[in-house]
Amino acid sequence: MNDDAERIRRCVADAVQKFAAEPGPLLEILHAVQDQLGCVPPAAVAPLSDALNLSRAEVHGVISFYHHFRQHAPGRYLVQLCRAEACQSMNARALEEFVRGRLRIDFGETTRDGRVTLEAVYCLGNCACAPAMMVNGELHGRVTPERVSELAREWGVAP
Amino acid sequence: MGRGSVITVYVPGDAGASSLGADRVARALETEAGKRGQQVRIVRNGSRGMYWLEPLVEVVTAAGRVAYGPVTVAQLPKLLDAGMLDGAAHELRLGDMNRHPWLASQQRLTGARLGVVDPASLDDYLAHGGYAGLQNALGMLPAEIVRAVTDSGLRGRGGAAFPTGIKWQTVHDQRAGQKYIACNADEGDSGTFSDRMLMEGDPFALIEGMTIAGIAVGATQGYIYLRIEYPHAARALARALQAARQRGYLGSDILGSGRRFDVAVRLGAGAYICGEETSMLESLEGRRGEVRVRPPLPAIKGLFGQPTVVNNVVTLATVPVVLARGAAFYQDFGVGRSRGTIPLQLAGNVKQGGLVERAFGLTVNQLVYDYGGGSATGRPVRAVQIGGPLGAYLPAARFDTPLEYEALAANNALLGHGGVVVFDDRVDMARMARYALEFCAVESCGKCTPCRIGSARGVELVDRIIAGRADATRNGAQQADLALLDELCDTMFNGSLCGLGGMTPFPVRSALQYFREDFLPGARAPNSIAAGPAASVKMG
Repeated sequence: MNDDAERIRRCVADAVQKFAAEPGPLLEILHAVQDQLGCVPPAAVAPLSDALNLSRAEVHGVISFYHHFRQHAPGRYLVQLCRAEACQSMNARALEEFVRGRLRIDFGETTRDGRVTLEAVYCLGNCACAPAMMVNGELHGRVTPERVSELAREWGVAP
Repeated sequence: MGRGSVITVYVPGDAGASSLGADRVARALETEAGKRGQQVRIVRNGSRGMYWLEPLVEVVTAAGRVAYGPVTVAQLPKLLDAGMLDGAAHELRLGDMNRHPWLASQQRLTGARLGVVDPASLDDYLAHGGYAGLQNALGMLPAEIVRAVTDSGLRGRGGAAFPTGIKWQTVHDQRAGQKYIACNADEGDSGTFSDRMLMEGDPFALIEGMTIAGIAVGATQGYIYLRIEYPHAARALARALQAARQRGYLGSDILGSGRRFDVAVRLGAGAYICGEETSMLESLEGRRGEVRVRPPLPAIKGLFGQPTVVNNVVTLATVPVVLARGAAFYQDFGVGRSRGTIPLQLAGNVKQGGLVERAFGLTVNQLVYDYGGGSATGRPVRAVQIGGPLGAYLPAARFDTPLEYEALAANNALLGHGGVVVFDDRVDMARMARYALEFCAVESCGKCTPCRIGSARGVELVDRIIAGRADATRNGAQQADLALLDELCDTMFNGSLCGLGGMTPFPVRSALQYFREDFLPGARAPNSIAAGPAASVKMG
């Protein structure tokens, strides 16, 4: 636990040092922290607010405003499924149902073994190749249930 | 082809092409060519915007570039054996893409280099007319640059369609120690991807446009506010910015002119509202992306309280065209008050989706059928949504509407950022209306009540309407709910602080107006594609 707190503190300090000279650096710092730790843990709020002379409420307010910043690290595979109109026109609703059933989790949840986290996103800019999905930053187009099943096997999700 | 000579092959590195396997094709090509003793130089170009043909591979032969597509890893060995690297015949051979009618009929000005050049190469950019606009601009007075942009008739391509030159003039006229150019690259509208394609496929065009803007208004620092969902674009921009700096196209003395300008990329964090210019500025300043009350306009008091030009990627990437070829040249394209060309993005349930850049005036019919080839599913097209999640739905009966600002406004619709999403006859428009409100609830910044609360109440109301469709005896109550929904739209339209709450009524009302049967008792529903149970997304 102490190790964790120390690791978080050091990560925040590094990020602050890197970006503090820039104007309005909080988002950049949060990105750096999340890139490093997989999330912006609650324990990062106090050192951030101290370093930037902001209230804890301000820092927490920014973290919680943006969908991208999360307070807990995701599973090894972060699966972001697009729910926007262009994907819906290509049957994304049915795909959603399939993915949730296949992974046995809902949006915003992680499989119990910590392997896969499922997130809803609204447009990945791949609208001419709908439905679209992103897995750990890799974009997939014209996604079918069969393709998801294949990938789920790669992710080690029990059938 | 002499063995031993290196053959250049273009395999798009565009995110969309990659999503269809282009990266794997590029790797396999390297391996398979190697096995055959042939050296290849693989260029990861942008996409030409013909996504049904991606991955679209082009081989440089003595007779020019010869295209094949869509190429899969599985087909690659046979393609090579058939002589693909010599441009030989094959069922996937498409020949010279410049002669392909889908491209040849377009008027690509902003996207002229898409899929053609190597986006990582400044020399390639220069060889294809790049930086001619900046060269001209450096020989002009700032006011003359602004005048050229005004005279070109260019209007903001992000969605608001505000005359770019007038915005620049306002910033130009401010006296301030520091001014900024803020590029809005938070392309969040479903059905749009032209910003992404430009940043990935021709990033120098955006950088050049921003540099010209900086010189015109007296700004020395630019920011590109890029959405986090676009990692490919982030990489392409980082590469291009570095190259531009190294060669003196950015920095403290641009091409020896004594002018200073630089650009930094700032990543968003997954908030649709940050595509609204004032909330984008808040986000750039490191705060919650809540909208600001206007006035003051960003042109007067924008980023960090300083005069700021806020323009979309397409707008800024078009500026070099205006400066290189003249305002009159650009102004000559288009109809009425919609001047120049518009990169339309054809998406969703369509056979041939992609980027269609033409002078304003193309009708929905021409776009959906002549370019799109109808629906991907082969079923009748029932509706299109134009301009993203805040844009109106149009029924087939209105597909003769030209895709330009005024004609769409006359139909209570808008062009927005130019995305057109196609739906076949299985679409349930009550579900789409519900989705519009749900999206607004999820993405509302929460600052104003009509948007924050109105959207959540709207979802509940449409849920009741959808449930009521199964009950034929409910007709009276259903009509009352529909009237209430219209009233709610009225409140959101008139009472919201910004376009999110204010424009969510467009898709809802157009669905009600043109597809009323979907909201009434007895409405068809079972097979509809959008009829899945409401997903449990937490409401804002």
